[in-house]
Order: sequence, then C-alpha cells, then structure tokens
Amino acid sequence: MTSKSDREDIGARLSFDRSVSGRRAVDTPEWDGPRAEPLPEGLTRGGLRLPELSQGQLVRYYTALSHLNFGVDSGTYPLGSCTMKYNPKVNDEVAGLPGFAGVHPLAPEVEVQGTLEVLFELQEMLGAITGLPAVSLAPAAGAQGELAGMLMVKKVLQERGEGERRRVIVPDSAHGTNPASAAMVGFTVTEIPSGPGGSMDPAALERELDDTVAALMVTLPNTLGLWERDIERVVRLVHDNGSYVYGDGANLNPLLGRIRFGDLGFDVVHLNLHKTFSTPHGGGGPGAGPVCATPELAAYLPAPVIVPAAVDDEVRFRLARPTSSIGRLQQFHGNIGVLLRAYAYIRTLGLDGLRATSGAAVLNANYLRSLLEEHYALPYPGTVMHEAVFSGARQRRKHGVRTYDIAKRLIDYGFHPPTVYFPLIVEEALMIEPTETEAREDIEAFAATMAAIAEEAAQDPDVLHNAPHTAPISRLDEATAARRPELRWWPGEQAREE
Amino acid sequence: MDFPSDLSYTPEDEWVRVEDGEASIGITGYAQDQLGDIVFVDLPEPGRTFSKGETFGVIESVKAVSDLFMPLSGEVIARNERLADEPELVNESPYEDGWMIRVRIGNADELDALLSADAYRDQLPED
Amino acid sequence: MTDDPGGAPTPYIPNTGADQAIMLERLGLERVEQLFDQLPAQYRDPEIELPRRLSEAELVGAMRRRAAANRDGDRPSFLGAGAYRRFVPAVVQHLVSRSEFVTSYTPYQPEISQGTLQAAFEYQSVVCELTGMDVSNTGMYDAASATAEACLLAARVTKRQAVAVLEPLHPHTLEVIRAYGAGSDLRVDVVTSAAELSEEHACLVAQQPDFLGRIRDVEPLARAAHDAGALCVVAADPFALGVLRAPGDAGADIVTGEGRDLAGPLNFGGPSLGLFAARNHFLRQMPGRIVGRTKELHGADGREPRTGYVLTLQAREQFIRRSRATSNFSTGQALVALAFTIAVQALGPVGLRCSAELCYQRAHHAAARIDALPGFTVRDTGPWFQEFLVAGPLPPEELSLRLAERGIQAGLDVSGRPEPETDGALLFCVTEATPDEHIDALVQALSDISEGRHA
Repeated sequence: MTSKSDREDIGARLSFDRSVSGRRAVDTPEWDGPRAEPLPEGLTRGGLRLPELSQGQLVRYYTALSHLNFGVDSGTYPLGSCTMKYNPKVNDEVAGLPGFAGVHPLAPEVEVQGTLEVLFELQEMLGAITGLPAVSLAPAAGAQGELAGMLMVKKVLQERGEGERRRVIVPDSAHGTNPASAAMVGFTVTEIPSGPGGSMDPAALERELDDTVAALMVTLPNTLGLWERDIERVVRLVHDNGSYVYGDGANLNPLLGRIRFGDLGFDVVHLNLHKTFSTPHGGGGPGAGPVCATPELAAYLPAPVIVPAAVDDEVRFRLARPTSSIGRLQQFHGNIGVLLRAYAYIRTLGLDGLRATSGAAVLNANYLRSLLEEHYALPYPGTVMHEAVFSGARQRRKHGVRTYDIAKRLIDYGFHPPTVYFPLIVEEALMIEPTETEAREDIEAFAATMAAIAEEAAQDPDVLHNAPHTAPISRLDEATAARRPELRWWPGEQAREE
Repeated sequence: MDFPSDLSYTPEDEWVRVEDGEASIGITGYAQDQLGDIVFVDLPEPGRTFSKGETFGVIESVKAVSDLFMPLSGEVIARNERLADEPELVNESPYEDGWMIRVRIGNADELDALLSADAYRDQLPED
Repeated sequence: MTDDPGGAPTPYIPNTGADQAIMLERLGLERVEQLFDQLPAQYRDPEIELPRRLSEAELVGAMRRRAAANRDGDRPSFLGAGAYRRFVPAVVQHLVSRSEFVTSYTPYQPEISQGTLQAAFEYQSVVCELTGMDVSNTGMYDAASATAEACLLAARVTKRQAVAVLEPLHPHTLEVIRAYGAGSDLRVDVVTSAAELSEEHACLVAQQPDFLGRIRDVEPLARAAHDAGALCVVAADPFALGVLRAPGDAGADIVTGEGRDLAGPLNFGGPSLGLFAARNHFLRQMPGRIVGRTKELHGADGREPRTGYVLTLQAREQFIRRSRATSNFSTGQALVALAFTIAVQALGPVGLRCSAELCYQRAHHAAARIDALPGFTVRDTGPWFQEFLVAGPLPPEELSLRLAERGIQAGLDVSGRPEPETDGALLFCVTEATPDEHIDALVQALSDISEGRHA
C-alpha cells in the first residue's frame, strides 16, 4: 500500500498528539432542565486528558490504522492452532439484528425467549457434535473454558472426598494455557514427554499415574497436527486411575462430524468457537470457549446454562444454575454476540457441511505438507490432521537463517506467517494450518513461496535477515520495549498541529 | 565462546567467582546467548539466605524466562542494582558488569562440586 | 445448494471435486475419507442429529423470527444494575466493522499488525487517563473477571490468602470472585465497612458507584486498605469517571471496570470488556496482554527509525511461563476494546464530561418527579450517579408486573438484600440515553398505578 504511511511516521503521532483544543467528533446535548444539587467537590474529578479531533480526523486516523493490519479478508493466514478460516458475513449480519443486540442481560426471561432459544439450540448442537451433552456457553474464551473445566474437576473430586488429587498431567506439546489453567486452580502440573512419533507415550503416562492425579489434559488432535494414536488406551489408563480426561478442543476443526470426544471417553472439553466455528477473531477477541461435559459432570458446569421451562406457554427457556455449579465466571451470560454467529455458522452447514469442512481442512493440510516436505524438515512425517509442523532447523544450520527470518520474509510475499516456535518440542518450529477455506491455488502459491524462500535462504540469507521489506514497518526493537517499558501516552509529548 | 578459567561453573549455567570467603554469581556467556535479549532480572534483597540449589531469582528475555539457582549455600550480601535499569549488561558483559549477587559462603565444601571452565564447556550440548 | 458432487461443498470451501481429485492424486489417495483411516473405526462418522442445513436466505429468516421473539429493546426500560444503555457515536460501529480489524488475530507479527497494536496503545492510554493509573493491559473478559484477577494479583503480591469485598457490590461480581478464588483456595470475606479489614486481607474490593448507585469516597477506603497492608481495588464505571474523581487519584492500587456499554449495544451482556489498570509497581504481576511503544531496529533506506508497537512484557504470560504465568489469559476482547477507545475519543474530554453530567442530571430529574408522586419515595442515602432506589405503594414484584403490563421494564428488584434501604425497593436506572418520552411514560404509569387506574 502506498498510503500516507510511506511519508509519515504514523506511530509517532497518537490521536492525543493530533488533538486541537475546541474540536469535537460528536455533539453531546446539554441538560436544559432544572439542575440537581452538584456533587461534593471531593468526589469529582479535575481535568480529563483525551484527544479532541473532528469526526473526519478521527475516522481517517483509525482508517489509516486499519490499513496497517492484515486479516483473513486480506489473504492467506495459516497461523497454526488458530484456525484462521474465512468468516461468513451473514453471521455478522444476523448477530447484529436489533432484536438480539438490544436486550438487557437482566431482562426477565419472558422478554428474551428468542435469544434463549438460540442459546439452547446451540448447547444442543455442540453437545451433539462433541458427544458430550452437558454444555455451558458461559466461558468468554478458550482459556476461560479451561479454567471452568479445571474448576469442575477440582470440585467433583472434593465432593468425592478425593481432594488430595491435585496433580494434572500435561504433554510437553500442550498449549501454555493448559498448565497455566491447571495452576490457577491450585493443581501442580506434571509434564510428560511425547513419544518418538509425536503422540503421547502411554508408558510415560502410566509411570506418572497414582492417587494424586486429578486429570490429564490432552489436545486432540495434538499441537503437532497429529491424531493421538493411543488415545483409547490413554483414556482407559486415566479412568482406571480414577482421574478425569480433559480435552482441549482448540483443534476440533478436523474432527467435525468424523469422531466425537464423548465417544472416545473424554469427560470435559472446551471449544474455541472463534476457531472451529468461524466467528471473527477481532484482533484478539472476543471469542467464546464453551465447555461440554458428560452427564456425570453436568451439575458442575459454570452458570448459567439454558434449560427448557417446565410448563409455561410464554416462557419456554430459562437461565439456570446447575446444582453443584462452580459458579459464574463473568458478570452476565457470556459473549452472546459470538455465540449467535457460531449458531448461524452451524445452521448454514448442517452435518454434511461440517463433514465437508473437516474433510477439506485435512486435505488442505496434507496437500500443503506434501508440497513442502522436500523444502523443509518435517520432524513427524506421515498423515497430519488440520496442520503440519515443519522445522527450520536445516535452514538454521546450513544458512544461519532462523524460522523468525522465514516468517518475516513471508510478509513480503503477501502472506501472514504461520505460528512460529511452537510447539516447544520442535526446533525452529513452523506450524502451518491452511484451513478449509483456502483454495488449491492458494495452497500452491503459499508452498511455492515457501520453496522460493528456502532457495533465498541458501542464495541470499541477508534478504531474509532484513525482512520484511515491504511491510508498513520493519523489524521492531522488542528488547528495548521490554527493558524500558513505554506503555501509555503522556501529556509531555503532546504536539500541536502547526 | 569464552569461559574465563579463573571462574567456577554449574551445569545450570551459572558462574562463581570466589574472593575472601565471598562469592560473586552470574550466568555464563552461553546462558545469555541461549536466552537472547535479557529484559529483566529479579534478584533477592541482601540479607536473605539460600541453600544450594534453591531458586534465588528469575531472569527474563523477550521470549523466555528462567530461574536462577544458587550454586552454593550462603547469605546474600549485595546485588547488582544496575541490572534494574540496564538488564542488557547480562548480554554485554556476563562475567563483569552483568554479575548478579554476592554471597557470604555458607559451606566452603560445596565449592568442590563446581565445574572448571573446561569441564563446563565439555558438558554443553553440541550445536 | 447443489447436489453436483463435483461442485464446492459449501460457499466457504473453494475446492471442487476436480480440485480434490488433483490433491488426492498427489497424496496417492482416492478418497478424502482415507485421511481419517487412523481414527478408531468403531467411532468413525457417528450419527449426529443436527437441524437441517439452511441457505443464507433461510438463515436470515430463521434468525429474524428468533430476534422478534425477544421483546423490543427500544421500549422504555429502567434496568441498569451493571449494564447501561449509552449513547454510542455512529463512527464506532463504522470503524470497528473494518475487516482489517475484525478478521485479524492476536498481533503476533507486529509488522503487519500495527493497526491493532497502535489502537491497543491508544486504549491503554485512555484507560490510564480515566482511572488515574500508571499502566493498563489491553483488556480482559469483563469487569467481574477482571476484578477477580485483581484479587489473585493482590494475593500474589501480599502473600495473603483472603480478600475483603465491600458491600454493596454487584452480586454477580461477588460470585465471580468466589469462583476464581476457589481455584487458589482464597477466602472471600464480605464486609460492610472498611473497618472490618485485617492483616489477613490481600485487598479491599469496592465498586464505584456501588451496586445501589451511590458514589463512594474512595480515599478513606484506600487509606484503610493500606493501613492493613492490603491493596485497594476499585471496580469503577468508566463512563461515570467522566465526572467522578479518578480512583487512582484517591489512592486505589488497581482499577477495573466494564467497557461494554460505551462500545456498543448490550447484546444480552456480551461481548463485554474488562478494564484492568494498576500502579506501575504491579506491572510485572499483571495478567493479560500489554502493548509497548518502540522503534524500528534499523531505519530503512537511510531514514530515521519509525515508531512502532509490540506485545511486550510477555514473560508474564502463559505461552512462556506456562504453569507459573500470572494468568492463563490469552484471547481477550480486542475488538470491544477498540470500540471502547473510539467511543471515548469520539466523545472527547468535553463530550464525555457533558454526557456523564447529562446522565446525572437526567437521572436526578426523573427521580425527583417520581419522588413527588403520591405513594412513591426515592430513598435518600447520599450522593448517587444514575441509579436510585424507589419504594412504592405496591410490593416491588407487583409493581414490576404492573409496569410490564404497560410496556415498561422496571428497575431491578433488590428488596431481598441486607441493606435496610433496599426494603421494598426497586433499583431504577436513568442514563443520558433514556429518552424524555420514556421518563414521561414511566411517571404517568406510576401515577396511574398509585391511583388504581388500569393499564
């Protein structure tokens, strides 16, 4: 883009720095009725330093900022483990219908039957898709879903009189949120190494199992993009030990309609609706992280859950609190706007559409794997599910080029880089998830670019070291940012328009 | 990579300089290189006592975090206050300006378990 | 929809049967199903009961029907209690609908995420200015969970295992603190006065304005907390801070708040936005993402390095520190934070103050009219902002029903609470966005009810 950013150091001038006293972006009416007694002085504030811009200036500033961003609507965004699929626009439209958007969270149930009906149906659909019929839509994001699941495990164990079970086992390939969530509920975390094929090693698991183990947290497919080969045995071992199996559903996309967590024996999982069910990621939320559980754990779900009403023509659905609920995780009922979009997505796909989605996602990932295999090391070869994790180790050793450099070079070619340096067990990891919404030609173009970059790494490594060359900004000094944190605007810098 | 021969080392990538019953402690050139740009070092206040192997602090880089382990038992008598504002000294001068704490040695026998520069170099992973 | 097996299976999947055939051939396969052969056969392709697939047009119809089953959110409503209808400038929805903001994710690649990052820096700056704090994260799920995280932070830094929450506090916030606290076995003491604080408490949590609408004097609360060696956590309505003293100026250590109301419609309560700001001293203990300002490493083409923004202080976070992170927080509410920022900046210093002032005056005027009605009293318990307690000639539940019959949503029934002033009372809310006609309708309806006229 040859916009103003070519001429201007836009980052140096915040809205605060563009402020001119006396300008305004919107009129606010003044009160012209009789005035109430003013508030006591000690309770009121002095000045308020906020920018003063005209409406047009404000719109141009944020429009200019938007130009500096890359989204799924901009191009291929193969960020592994994040499922950056295309977000259908009709879902935004229906979620924004005034009838849904305008309702107050504490409105009497009789007044919000339309919203409650959608939420109830979504609970039912997610229960059917996962095979875990007890569902709460309350968690605001995947990490809060994990927290909910861990709190449920803790509470059921306490009620069983087994509160001494306070260890959670997590494979070393797990997302960082897994150990962090377990720790937040006071569990200690035991990491077990993955087996040589990338799947969990049942023997390593067995060695750790004893009467102090509360649960195993497992991501399926795992973060290497692989199906857990021994998952049935793993589940059996954990259950025989009297412990629970927690599923991280971040990677549900390739399993849609193919297999269900409940059938495999999982006790509780969280989903990431912004990943699998295509609600927009919003630059880092809002998402939604529903928890789905077995009937045994239904009583422990976070509040609220939606239940059908007993006998009342007007009130068909109610908000309810499960009998042994871990309680509320938010003031109200969850990220409703996100839930409405996920509902719309599932309704427009149906079971055959969901199966087509998982099929296309897995085919895309494997096609990409086959195109890239000769250019980059693949530490865990074979069929993958939703994503393939390559290693830049060869490029590092032979040419002194890091995965970081490869990622930055991709930007020059118009692609969002994959997830890098995760999972931690792969050296110089490149975690690539194309999703089902990329066309064959998009995958081929991405693979051709990756191949060209591998060639550049050999011929001209500096072009990678200095990448990106065409982005709105080049590499930033992250070390100084962390050493001497500058985290907000301060008035001393306020510069006036000439 | 440089490992001064007058220092002792631990497999946890710390170095120890012994002078008059006191020990200065820091992390090795290898350790700072592995961590990358150091952005923060959390060190204990003088007066606190730690036993060998205990965590005495935390070091953070842009993308990693690591515990700091006591190479020997003792009481902290000084810490490098400069690191609060200039954590990059650990990268720039790991054995001199980037020192972390000085301790009064609690048990001189523990010094025998430390590694020489050569022994430390030999146990580093090949790469 | 097409039944042609060669066509794309959904509008969102581009690959046709012909594309698939080419891709499968390269993989040496004949059917997509073979890619799933490693899944246990006995559980493969289960029967799943889902509703029939809808076309886009059918979906819109189905959703319109459900939306219409909600009662109109535009009719007179006097419900507040943690969710307030606000005037949101039109530029907000327009700008946050830009797909570059909507369809991007967490800014892991700063070179192509400066829009999200710089906007987050604007957000942090706005939150610090409003709250009087030094540092803010980029936002959390909602006010209640942010307040619970503040309690966990306080417990970490004070190494204490109990927190004190000051009534009246929103009962749901209290529930969230209890749920989060149960994780780390934190004891939650409900107190009615700061005098009940002891050296066991990691923090005092107070709501501003409190749950019953009254404005607190934060300063003595902060002093009492500090005297006990505890932190002072204030959960404040950021809109009210347009006129109220910044909690930071009054001594608060952490300020949380709810940003949803200024960002857009209520949406049955979510997406919401939890503000979280603190004194600089607690920076490295903060949960959530933080954006910092920096420069390019090298200025391209010989020019000066440009200014840019990055996620920073990440060693606190779960993806690096794992089980020892300050929180498990990952995906948050970035788009809502963007909307909040634009709304506050569109209002500007004058507009925000005027709007908050308008809210205050309009609410007080409405309260005075109600108080003048025979049989109705507005309970006078000190300075308040936008919510007030109304007791009438009928029990609260019945009064609500009578108003509902007249198409009016009453304030929340708080008559079961322990405070004596809530006895027989409803908590009414009037904001700057409550139209005059709605207030007129309410006053008329209350008057009719008290005089026994029927709807």
